[in-house]
Amino acid sequence: MKSGTLKNITSKRLFLPLFCLALVLLVNVITTPDFFAISVRDGVLYGYMIDIINRASELVILAIGMTLVVSASAGTDISVGAIMAVSAAVCCSVLTGGERAATELVAPLFAGFGAAILVGIIIGCFNGFLVARLNIQPMVATLIMFTAGRGIAQLITDGQITYVRVDSYKLLGSSFPGFPVPTPFIVAVFMVAITALILKRTALGMYIQSVGINRRASRLIGIKSVFIIFLTYAYCGLCSGMAGLIASSRIYSADANNIGLNMELDAILAVAIGGNSLGGGKFSLAGSVIGAYTIQALTTTLYAMHVSSDQVPVYKAVVVVIIVALQSPGFARWKKSLAKKKGSMQLEGKEAA
Amino acid sequence: MEQGSVLEMRHIYKTFPGVKALQNVDFTLKKGEIHALMGENGAGKSTLIKVLTGVEEFETGEIHVDGTEGAVINRSPQEAQNRGISTVYQEINLCPNLTVAENLFIGREPRKAGLIDWKEMNRRASELLKGLDIHADVTKTIDNYSIAIQQMIAIARAVDMSAKVLILDEPTSSLDDGEVEKLFSLMRRLKKEGVGIIFVTHFLEQVYEVCDRITVLRNGQLVGQFTTAELPRVQLVAKMMGKDFDDLAAIKTEEGQIGKEAEDIVIKAVGLGKKGYVKPFDLVIRKGEVVGFTGLLGSGRSETVRLLYGAERSDEGELFVKGQKHSARNPLSSMNCGMAYLPEDRKNEGIIADLSVRENLILALQAKRGVFRLLSRKQQEEFTDKYIEMLQIKTASRETPIKSLSGGNQQKVIIGRWLLTNPDFLILDEPTRGIDVGTKTEIQKLVVELASQGMAVVFISSEIEEMLRTCDRMVVMRDSAKVGELSGEEMNQASIMSTIAGGQ
Repeated sequence: MKSGTLKNITSKRLFLPLFCLALVLLVNVITTPDFFAISVRDGVLYGYMIDIINRASELVILAIGMTLVVSASAGTDISVGAIMAVSAAVCCSVLTGGERAATELVAPLFAGFGAAILVGIIIGCFNGFLVARLNIQPMVATLIMFTAGRGIAQLITDGQITYVRVDSYKLLGSSFPGFPVPTPFIVAVFMVAITALILKRTALGMYIQSVGINRRASRLIGIKSVFIIFLTYAYCGLCSGMAGLIASSRIYSADANNIGLNMELDAILAVAIGGNSLGGGKFSLAGSVIGAYTIQALTTTLYAMHVSSDQVPVYKAVVVVIIVALQSPGFARWKKSLAKKKGSMQLEGKEAA
Repeated sequence: MEQGSVLEMRHIYKTFPGVKALQNVDFTLKKGEIHALMGENGAGKSTLIKVLTGVEEFETGEIHVDGTEGAVINRSPQEAQNRGISTVYQEINLCPNLTVAENLFIGREPRKAGLIDWKEMNRRASELLKGLDIHADVTKTIDNYSIAIQQMIAIARAVDMSAKVLILDEPTSSLDDGEVEKLFSLMRRLKKEGVGIIFVTHFLEQVYEVCDRITVLRNGQLVGQFTTAELPRVQLVAKMMGKDFDDLAAIKTEEGQIGKEAEDIVIKAVGLGKKGYVKPFDLVIRKGEVVGFTGLLGSGRSETVRLLYGAERSDEGELFVKGQKHSARNPLSSMNCGMAYLPEDRKNEGIIADLSVRENLILALQAKRGVFRLLSRKQQEEFTDKYIEMLQIKTASRETPIKSLSGGNQQKVIIGRWLLTNPDFLILDEPTRGIDVGTKTEIQKLVVELASQGMAVVFISSEIEEMLRTCDRMVVMRDSAKVGELSGEEMNQASIMSTIAGGQ
């Protein structure tokens, strides 16, 4: 009976991603005893755990868009990091009125935010057009923006870092005075909730999976496959724009070279660690979100263990290999055959007795 | 092992999640016999073959193979091959860009000083083919030859790798009569040489032509092993279906229910066509009518109905649906006019493999309602239960992925998907292909019943007999053009054949 319930839990789809996250966090119990301690300083929550949920926000938001893109088109959008840079550049340039630094806002905050999100959506639509309408392979289609995006951001900012030294602009990347929870986390939760709601309350989730599994069959039953794929790229662009805003607000500037650098890889990884197949089709949004937090937890853990930032990628790679291997079909087969062997050994033991 | 046996399987059990695929199945194969493995879809034929060849593991039971002491367990097709069990599948596993000789000896090329001895390889290849009376130039690439020859070459390779047991899984489904005959003579030759052949097929005539014994499975259980000569056809069918075989001739519609009035015209095509696809044609389909489309493969049957449904966009002519001109031609707009289309290619255009039975069933209706009007979970489940019950779909649960259902049950789910949209005009392109006899009859009956309720139905099948039983009228196609319409007395095999052939 007891082993039955255990089996029930382990066979759940989200078990492995959650297990991996727990494992990463568990390491800290031994290495960094104060890892889970949370204190309040200057009215703001403080601690490693808070750092994880704060820092992971951009990645979580990117992972949402990436999950949908992967599901519908069986491909990845590798331009998300570059889109972040463009949206940051647009936002800061609007807010400074084209100057390289400003201590006062030239345009209202929402105009900057709106422009940034809009430019994210536009680039997403461009990607979507290439992939859905022209049938270009996703990797190749988004490679265009991957390379061109940072160039565009440089053009907008004249190749310099644009600073917005205004307190109200910093709120998005820090926290509201008197409110202890970091704003990026709230935005991430909001984005996840909105997306989950859309997927649950409309048939869009089912359409996306259906198109990802069998595009031709989906078209014949009246689903506009081309439009659905287009939509996921546009939404991914929106998510990237939002992530770019947060990243920019954290450093109250637009750094075309560094904002969102290599984030596309982490976003893809988050989807994979979440137990989603990169071959498209069925997906779990929750899985991807857990995947994103796992990656950030890993990074923060390594910093807490005083690994230098140059070496972090090495350790990260090792852990990622283990996590992905744990979830691979090959490992599942091996585990199954092991369980079988054990079962038959028990049986033999009983017979002998 | 019994004397003369080359293979014995005893008390084989195998379960898939929710399905008992094989329960206590025995199977014996003698030296030099052709043994038919029969059963409806989902009876367990494929599973038995997979268990035998190591593609799937079985839970309990024993397999004995001549030449190996004790019970054997094949863990991979490679291992099975080493024990002398070779399989030739329906889809041929040859490399089309390699030569015949290379295909025959791939992975075991004769070598001289570490290099491939091409001369020796070609010599042995032509010897092998000559010995089996297969005529092919071994130095030409495989894609020069017809499917039939390719199949025989695949068999030759299997036999040359010292096959004691040769499994032929539906080898004849894509061959014409002459090619089937050639394949049979090869099988008979191998039989004389002492090879035991397991022959999996849907075609009854072929079983009676070439097989010595028949093993029948039903629902994962052994029904029995019979000598072909002692088992009349009707009884074989009855054993496969487990019930008395319906008289198929009796299902046709009564005359007189077809709408005669002008407003009963559901579909009217005037000069509809598409360049390089289907030549312009006129067509009228009325309420309560079953119209068949016939013609040879590639004659434009499927293309015509795709044009009607809007799966392909026409570039000339007009289409009227219930008197209204239908100009926006895409699947969704056609669905909104009350059309439904079951495509020929179930796997690539029909099922959404990873989604559940429930999702596959409700998707078309959902798409018709639009993305914002999501069917509630409760409604979805009610619909699913209703159609599982109504069409007798065999599935472990509503949430089972459709890909784990057998072909016939997948087809039923997709038919249910369209019935759920409550269409006035239903197009069924080869709904019975690759489906067992029992389900075939069920589908034919369903078609006739739907028509009697006033639905207009297009029914396409490559089996003319099946169409004669179900259709009120037949449209004959040749070379992408509509060449005739037959109804009433003219609708018989002879006149259809002559119209298809086109000679006077």
